[in-house]
Amino acid sequence: MIYDSTCIACPHCDVVYRLSAARMVTRTRCLRCGYQLTLGKSEAIARVVGLALTSTILMGIVLFAPFLHLNAGPFASSASVADVVLGFATGIMMPLAFAVLIFIIVVPVARSLLLIYALAPLLTGHANASGAQSSLRWAFVLKPWAMAEIFMVGVAVALVKIGGMATVHTGTAFWAFVLLVVVNTFQDTFMCRNTLWTSLATNTT
Amino acid sequence: MDISGHQHDLITARDAGMVACTSCGLVASPDVESCPRCHARMQSRKDGSIQRVLAWLLAGLILYVPANIYPMLRTTQMFKEQDSTIVGGVITLIHHHAYAIGAIIFIASVLIPVGKFIVIAYLALLLSRPHTKDPHRLHILHAAVEFIGRWSMIDVFVVAILVALVQFDVLASIKPGLAAACFALSVVFTMLSAQAFDPRLIWDVTDKGTPK
Ligand SMILES: [Zn+2]
Ligand SMILES: [Zn+2]
Repeated sequence: MIYDSTCIACPHCDVVYRLSAARMVTRTRCLRCGYQLTLGKSEAIARVVGLALTSTILMGIVLFAPFLHLNAGPFASSASVADVVLGFATGIMMPLAFAVLIFIIVVPVARSLLLIYALAPLLTGHANASGAQSSLRWAFVLKPWAMAEIFMVGVAVALVKIGGMATVHTGTAFWAFVLLVVVNTFQDTFMCRNTLWTSLATNTT
Repeated sequence: MDISGHQHDLITARDAGMVACTSCGLVASPDVESCPRCHARMQSRKDGSIQRVLAWLLAGLILYVPANIYPMLRTTQMFKEQDSTIVGGVITLIHHHAYAIGAIIFIASVLIPVGKFIVIAYLALLLSRPHTKDPHRLHILHAAVEFIGRWSMIDVFVVAILVALVQFDVLASIKPGLAAACFALSVVFTMLSAQAFDPRLIWDVTDKGTPK
């Protein structure tokens, strides 16, 4: 088994590059297809772990605090994110409830926990946790299935649709969710595959 | 080669007799089965990529039919029941002069899915035989489909939120329709279809139209 850890291949077009140490800390694009090989962010690991912790805490608030309040004449209702998920949980709609639960809660939380599990030992000076490699890989694989930002657009559309028949007030969880989307977007700018994988591979403590 | 080099002396992992990991970018000798750095399965090109792309695409396409025929929402207002389909919902929004929201739903639930079906089918059929198309253009098409596809899920979430919020017994209540489940599954299947695609295939065909 031979491999060269100073070389990386573009996952989109297979071109091989030898990255010098200087290149690893700047932003590099594939010369043929433009794929971002390195993001060139310093302290990527500390930020990814910190932001993952933040989003886990925010998700706790999102789950248990009221999300939206609705008033229509004498009627009032309020819904938490759990209600949104359970609203589907009857009969043939069960799979749909399951899907919504996975896309807006399970996958985002799982990604944060996987990232913390895989990368936190690098910050505290410990050896890699067992299965750290698979954890980090799954954090990347799950990326397109975490749909918090899409859910947020859905909320905005739903608010406009309801606007005509009732007044809607936003609850604590709504703003926690907005913050969560911002934190996740910010985190993505530090998710440099090259930096994270090299750090994990060179952790010899 | 160093990244500061020129475009004409780019070499692929396969040409160098190596196999690259699409998960972490590591380059290893072709006898390596799983990546020593991230434990992903190493394949020079994904096995049966095009077949799996087409299989998932077909599944997504089949489900997109009931997603448009059955109602997304069943609204009960003052003892009157009203069903609305995806396109019906958009028309209602236009009637109420909610043009921006109507446009968002139309783009997410009609334009993006239909565009995706066409683009994925085009790429899969084109790349299964020699062609002379510019790989840069094909790459942009594939990247766009992978990036935009998940946004189709908007309408499913809208339905979920409306169902959870609008529960006032006789005054008004909203229930999800069968189309919501079909549509969600259709989006999932087309996302899997786009992911099954190996973008390296786009670049394997040289400018003379003959696969290397
Ligand atoms: Zn490339
Ligand atoms: Zn790897």
